[in-house]
Amino acid sequence: MRARWHRLWARVRALFAAPVLDRDLEQELDGHLAASIDAYVRQGLSLEEACRRARLALGSRVELRDAHRDVRGLPWLETLAQDVRQALRLMRRDRAFALFATIIVALGIGGGTMVFGVIDALLLRPLPFADPDRLVWITNSGGGEGLSARTMPVNHFLALREEATSFADVAAFYAHYTPGSIAVTGIDEPERINSIPVSDNFFSLLGVQPALGRLFTADESNYAGPPPSVILTYEFWQRHFGADPSAVGRTIALNGASVTIVGVLPKRFDFAAAFAPGFRVDLYYPQALTAGANREGNTLIAIGRLAPGVTLAHAQAEAAVVGPAIQRRDFTRPFALGLMSLGDRVNGQTRPALILLGWAVLVVMLIACANLSNLMLARSSARQRELAVRAALGAGRGRLARQVLTESVVLVSCGACLGVALAAAGMRLFAHMDGLGVPLLGRVRLDGAVLAFAAGLAIVTGLVIGLAPAFQARRVAVQRALKDGERGSTGGRSRTVVRHVLVAAEIALASALLVATGLLTRSFVKLVDLDLGFQPLGAIATRIDSPRSRGGTKEARGAYFDDALGRLRAMGGIEAAGLTDVLPLGRNRSWSVGARGRAYTLQSPPPDAFVRVITDGYLPAMGIPLRAGRDISAADRADTTPVILVNETLARTLWPGENPIGKTTLYADGEREVVGVVADVRHLALEQTSGNEIYLPMRQTTDYASVELVARTDRPVDGFGTAVLATLRTIDPFLPASEVFTVQSLVDHAIAPRRAVVAVLLGFSAFALLLAALGVYAVIAYAISQRSRELGIRMALGASARALRRQTVGAMLGLTAVGLAAGLGAAWTFSRLLRDLLFEVDTRDPMTFGGIAVALAAVAAIAAYLPARRISRIDPVVALRAE
Amino acid sequence: MGERRSEILQGTLDLMVLQTLAVMGPMHGYGLAKRIEQMSEDALRVNQGTIYLCLIRLVQQRWITATWGASDNNRRAKFYEITRAGRRQLAAEAENWERIAGVIGRLLRLAPSR
Repeated sequence: MRARWHRLWARVRALFAAPVLDRDLEQELDGHLAASIDAYVRQGLSLEEACRRARLALGSRVELRDAHRDVRGLPWLETLAQDVRQALRLMRRDRAFALFATIIVALGIGGGTMVFGVIDALLLRPLPFADPDRLVWITNSGGGEGLSARTMPVNHFLALREEATSFADVAAFYAHYTPGSIAVTGIDEPERINSIPVSDNFFSLLGVQPALGRLFTADESNYAGPPPSVILTYEFWQRHFGADPSAVGRTIALNGASVTIVGVLPKRFDFAAAFAPGFRVDLYYPQALTAGANREGNTLIAIGRLAPGVTLAHAQAEAAVVGPAIQRRDFTRPFALGLMSLGDRVNGQTRPALILLGWAVLVVMLIACANLSNLMLARSSARQRELAVRAALGAGRGRLARQVLTESVVLVSCGACLGVALAAAGMRLFAHMDGLGVPLLGRVRLDGAVLAFAAGLAIVTGLVIGLAPAFQARRVAVQRALKDGERGSTGGRSRTVVRHVLVAAEIALASALLVATGLLTRSFVKLVDLDLGFQPLGAIATRIDSPRSRGGTKEARGAYFDDALGRLRAMGGIEAAGLTDVLPLGRNRSWSVGARGRAYTLQSPPPDAFVRVITDGYLPAMGIPLRAGRDISAADRADTTPVILVNETLARTLWPGENPIGKTTLYADGEREVVGVVADVRHLALEQTSGNEIYLPMRQTTDYASVELVARTDRPVDGFGTAVLATLRTIDPFLPASEVFTVQSLVDHAIAPRRAVVAVLLGFSAFALLLAALGVYAVIAYAISQRSRELGIRMALGASARALRRQTVGAMLGLTAVGLAAGLGAAWTFSRLLRDLLFEVDTRDPMTFGGIAVALAAVAAIAAYLPARRISRIDPVVALRAE
Repeated sequence: MGERRSEILQGTLDLMVLQTLAVMGPMHGYGLAKRIEQMSEDALRVNQGTIYLCLIRLVQQRWITATWGASDNNRRAKFYEITRAGRRQLAAEAENWERIAGVIGRLLRLAPSR
């Protein structure tokens, strides 16, 4: 065994010492011959005869040297190096082909690798928590849409934690967290920060240990008023405390109340990446688990860790019993426990799109392979003669096949390197698209797994495109090829069939991919053109809540709003300005709301409506049309009649067929008089209609978590935003800095993931279409160059170039029709799998199918016609004489 | 193509070289070739050059070592010498060879059953 290793090592070393070893051998053989000649001479032979005999006895020195190299070195490796050199030489000779093929491979492998990288990061790699497969996302499934309906009150959470035996532990976080809901002072300058209240066991349940200090204790969730302690995220600690370990134990002022820093989380823990993509969390504080907190209603989302040996189905079965039991005991609002694995929750939204992209990239790869196979086949046919010469000079068939295969592999390797570089750039781009709001996107990066995938893809591609020509090389017919030049043995019928099948397959694959892209693109366009119920263009927004809008009475806050709005409207350049607590496409909460005079019971509860708290000027600033009655006015104050606006949907729900103006609503926060009806607004998501909505005057309630200013202006947002902030600072110098942004950016943000998917698909489709067109072009061009003699004869016999051209293009269109039928048929069958990704477009949208059939047919016709023009340039005399 | 020679022939040549070096002490390639030709009484008709393929293989396996030195006629020549590992290998191979030779011999001595 040892000897074998010694030998292998020696053989590897021999590769690098070939000249020395060769010289050594030569010298040794010289010595051998000399000794041999001496011996013969001593036997009495003439010197001449001695030399002859000595050489004869030794054998051919050249052969010996080659054999010696083979024995001492690694011949296959040397052959490989030789083949690679030969392949590179060929690539240099045929630059256009090499460049073209390399680019096709690079785009194919680059696209494939990039999509795999994204899929790997988002779907395949486990969530960044301990034993993530055992984690369960637990929501309230008894309500309806909206966050308020999906969350649960504190008492229900406590009961769940107490009673459900399926879980080793259950933790919760406050789901109505608001960006910048808390202003921190006491560290450099006042800043709005993002915080999330979590139950005391939240981090330990996820398996997170603090980098510094400790986690929350059970005692710390029992408080009223400001929280007793906070845990900082690593980034916040770095930013504001310069990574100073003594930060733990210090106090900071949260909205004026001082709290103690008890710990710092590790750097790799990223709550937002999994649960709230695009949301930067700065610190966590304990969620109060008290009767007072319970009165806030539905606020929590729970995360459970399954007890050992318990399956999700098991836990779901138990939840179906425990949920109703909790509801019977302590009824507040509709309640049921909805369980899903945390992985499904995190990836559920992105999975269909990613799977589609995976298929798309597979289709593109197949087309690229078909195309390259075709090119390689055409090329190897043209090289038949060269291969025949090599065979005649003594190259073995296996050797020729290996040479041809090596060429494909070298080509693919070059393409793969370029492709990986492209993929790396693409993935970097993706990883930093926080705006997409896709969970775990930050994990996308070029790592070992992705590189291994790229390598695998390259190998498969190399084999697929190289095998057919390699087999051909094995069958090279030396005599025939040498005898009748380049045309004799090349136009084999079976090979033509293979090439035609490949082209039809390309068209079929391309058409299927184009249909998917078409359907998604049409959905995207529909979504962009959608009437949202508000006018995002021309509206800007910024947060303006300050200590003056938070503490104090309704009257005091109202004075701040009067002040702020008055100054802003005096600025000039502002058509309308108003305040709201939430912007569309952002957070949401819902309350029960009923109509006076109607009886509501447990069995027929009042409907839920999404709540917005606004001031006068908000509706015109946001461009929300008032359908009936009046807008909220500055005169709707704490001491005047409580009023409310309802949207058209709620008006229809509560008072079908009646005039809602003057009616009274119940429950929301006491009785209110309906003074106006506004249009429905897509508040939740672009794809979703709004449901019931109510608007309360900001001066008549204190139940809002933030204040956003919305202004309609024709000024550009940059400079104007600064001016707005400066104006507001004149009335409140402590106003924390906030970003001023356009309302359109909210819409862009909401549409960004769809835009990204459509953009990638369009890129793939364009590539696929180009490849299919090239495939058609290449087949025709090649056929004409091979058949010029036949065409010449036919022209000599009276066929017109025009007829021949028509025939050629017609044959290709027939092939295209076959490909289209197959591709569109497949798309017709499978397009319903895209249902979840489409918006107001039928999965068998005739426009898309028809349009793509026509477009592809046209492209194929052009791609066939261009080379077919060459037919008319064939001179029958020249074609015939050429033989 | 030394690698493709039959395994038996290769093994035989290895064994002969090792045995010769073990008995005769350090030798150069020509000497070895002549010696083996004599011993085999021309039963193994191969080119003398073949010996060098066998020698490089044995060197790489570290069963023999090679050093440049001066021959009897004061010519530069490469001398080969068996190593300790080579002697162990020789012993093992010789035993193996004898066992096989014994088996084959017994087999061939069996009376044909006509």
